[in-house]
Amino acid sequence: MADVAHGAYEGVRPAEVPDVELYHPKSWWTTYVFSQDAKVIAIQYALTAMSIGLVALVLSWLIRIQLAFPGVLPFIDAHAYYQIITMHGMIMVIYLLTALFLGGFGNYLIPLMLGARDMVFPYVNMLSYWIYLLAVLVLVASFFAPGGPTGAGWTLYPPQAILEGTPGQEWGIILMLSSLALFIIGFTMGGLNYVVTVLQGRTRGMTLMRMPLSVWGIFTATVMALLAFPALFVGVVMMMFDKLLGTSFFMPSIAQMGQHLSYGGGSPILFQHLFWFFGHPEVYIVALPAFGIVSDLISTHARRNIFGYRMMVWAIVAIGALSFVVWAHHMYVSGMNPYFGFFFATSTLIIAIPTAIKVYNWVLTLWRGNIHFTVPLLFAVAFIVTFVNGGITGLFLGNVVVDVPLSDTMFVVAHFHMVMGVAPIMVVFGAIYHWYPKITGRMYNETLAQIHFWITFLGAYAIFFPMHYVGLMGVPRRYYELGESHLSSSVTLNHYITIAALIVGAAQMVFIFNMVWSLFKGKEAGGNPWRATTLEWQTPHTPPRHGNWGKELPVVYRWAYDYSVPGAAEDFIPQNQPPAPQGA
Amino acid sequence: MAIALALVLVVVGSVLFHLWSPWWMTPIASNWRYIDDTILITFWITGVVFVAVILFMAYCLVRYRYRPDRQAAYEPENKKLEWGLTIATAVGVAAMLTPGLFVWNHFITVPDDAVEVEAVGQQWAWSFRLPGKDGKLGMATTNNVSDQNPLGLVSVDPNAKDDIIIQGADLHLLEGKPIKLLMRSIDVIHDFYVPEFRAKMDIVPGIVTHVWFIPTRTGTFELLCAEMCGMGHYSMRGQVVVDNAKDYQTWLDQQTTFGSTMAQAEHLKTAAVGPSQGEEHPDAARVPR
Repeated sequence: MADVAHGAYEGVRPAEVPDVELYHPKSWWTTYVFSQDAKVIAIQYALTAMSIGLVALVLSWLIRIQLAFPGVLPFIDAHAYYQIITMHGMIMVIYLLTALFLGGFGNYLIPLMLGARDMVFPYVNMLSYWIYLLAVLVLVASFFAPGGPTGAGWTLYPPQAILEGTPGQEWGIILMLSSLALFIIGFTMGGLNYVVTVLQGRTRGMTLMRMPLSVWGIFTATVMALLAFPALFVGVVMMMFDKLLGTSFFMPSIAQMGQHLSYGGGSPILFQHLFWFFGHPEVYIVALPAFGIVSDLISTHARRNIFGYRMMVWAIVAIGALSFVVWAHHMYVSGMNPYFGFFFATSTLIIAIPTAIKVYNWVLTLWRGNIHFTVPLLFAVAFIVTFVNGGITGLFLGNVVVDVPLSDTMFVVAHFHMVMGVAPIMVVFGAIYHWYPKITGRMYNETLAQIHFWITFLGAYAIFFPMHYVGLMGVPRRYYELGESHLSSSVTLNHYITIAALIVGAAQMVFIFNMVWSLFKGKEAGGNPWRATTLEWQTPHTPPRHGNWGKELPVVYRWAYDYSVPGAAEDFIPQNQPPAPQGA
Repeated sequence: MAIALALVLVVVGSVLFHLWSPWWMTPIASNWRYIDDTILITFWITGVVFVAVILFMAYCLVRYRYRPDRQAAYEPENKKLEWGLTIATAVGVAAMLTPGLFVWNHFITVPDDAVEVEAVGQQWAWSFRLPGKDGKLGMATTNNVSDQNPLGLVSVDPNAKDDIIIQGADLHLLEGKPIKLLMRSIDVIHDFYVPEFRAKMDIVPGIVTHVWFIPTRTGTFELLCAEMCGMGHYSMRGQVVVDNAKDYQTWLDQQTTFGSTMAQAEHLKTAAVGPSQGEEHPDAARVPR
């Protein structure tokens, strides 16, 4: 254990290349708008992602109102309903969660936690954000296009996605596909940057096995995204050709509404393979940064070293690798060769093992800790609860034959919201509260944060736990209304779920207010209010300035988790604190 | 402290809801009780893990809450504990996966005596086809779909002549008889889903998918489309009626074959241009609604 932990003083080699001065901006525009500083880019990413996320939040209210009280809002007809669910899903998965974790937290944390002055390619990093913003604007434009945004469901399955009978098949789908293509281009620029910075930009002494788990999570997720997004890109381009040029990549012979279309020979299932080859890693692209960040939150606020660091690193890497061989568990009832079921069920359930290891190690980090009930820690605990809950329902859906009755029902909706919606968002909130003092130099308002936490945690659980049972009854997802059916008794349950959803949504306004109010009125936080070990808390200035470290780069002597080391003067030892002289 | 209490409440509330809420699986009406059993095994194993993990966490939060005079333990790794938990998890996973794969093998092995029945999905209605007296479904292709031939049967195929076409009406199945349901779509992807049968399969244009089951009790069951198929997706419902032998025969005798429908259409076409326009054909009442 000593080789990951404290003690072993390996000595730090002298610098082999001199520190290079960054290009410093000369005007207001290049400092705050067209900035090449990863910290500013991080904030731009985060604010853009959260703004479009608010749109998705409002859309979720509309969905819930329609499900519980059909017809109450007259403007939600079937056409609008399908547009609303599609845009809600796509925004949350891609434009909020992916962008926020990688573009937001990735940009802020990677250089600071690794002792770098900035990303390796600051200019490309800036381009990455502006292309992402363009992707968001194209997405928003589809709301105003003739026929409105696409209503094909966020999975965009052809043939229906590009045919009449599906909302937004005129312009919406074209704008959606364009926006996704732009997103992927923008992400690739940022992603290459994160990977190169992690591999090449670490300060002296920061070995890979001394990196905080936040960086391990973001790094692995980025590598995965660079490998997975191209599959989506290919699918997007081919579907665009099918729509605009009349090719038939995904389109078989079709007789629709009494007319024979000029398609033939294509395979709708091919698209599903491409989509889920991206789509399943995507789940972990969101989850792995959350896994990493929550590890650091728990360790810091429980004043205890993360339990089983090396196992945690290998679990992250194993999950990342395995997640590329499980994609067809989304397709058990798609009509693919049924023998695939054996392989994909096995690979999917195997992935539960490294995932469970992570859960145990989080809980075992709390065990024998000295736990401060700060808001970041509360959100971390809420993450564990919702993630365990969502994870175990994954064992239902991954186990091929159990999936048969449950697939395409509300059980699936409940499962993926719990596991990749609620759980990672708990981490997002915990992380924002945790790093807010570093980003702004001020502390958030504790009372407002507590109110936000309690409503969000208990409310979100109350929304998605009962929803599993709606699906267990057999209510299919993506039903505009259930109408007369023997499944109608689910409507009572839907009333409760909707009320909880409206309350949880409203509580997010408390969060926004807190963030803005504290920016001006919050108490001065100081450089290291949580008494944390990692490098971002050891910057000479708070908030850190361009270049992060002043004259001298920090040098790292130890791993990121030296909390409560026996015999140490304080209950934390920063990574850049040299070891005591021999014999002391 | 409040958080520990909240965790206990979450666990107790979830367990009580699971045990006592009226929302549960619909009463089964097919041979796939095995699927229900696998779901129950999974509920038990995962439920125990959920309760144990959350309650242990609640305990830690109370027992190890911050005290100024205490120091957290410093223990970077504990190989024994970590490997022990890993192996226990692997055993639990195997306990769920093994029965699951056995049932899946059963699920994809269609018995030889299964009767072939076809379901055809289109936006946003269900049609069905029975093989008729010869027990064989005739060939069909989307390219042949027309007003007279809505399922696109190949009329030169002798097996198609006696096929029974059911459009805009309920599908009847015989209780206790294994069914191999072949599925075709002529436009977009649909999914044949009767909650009580547990079985479910996508219907993909361009290929024929299948699923098999044995209806085990008589009754009328709601058929739902379970794959997003455009604006009318939610309204794409139908009914499957499971009959005993007598009722089934009565229903079967009322159905028309593809051959007679085509002949009738041909006749009507001739009649329409002939002198006896407007005269009602004696078989017209049998034309499916």
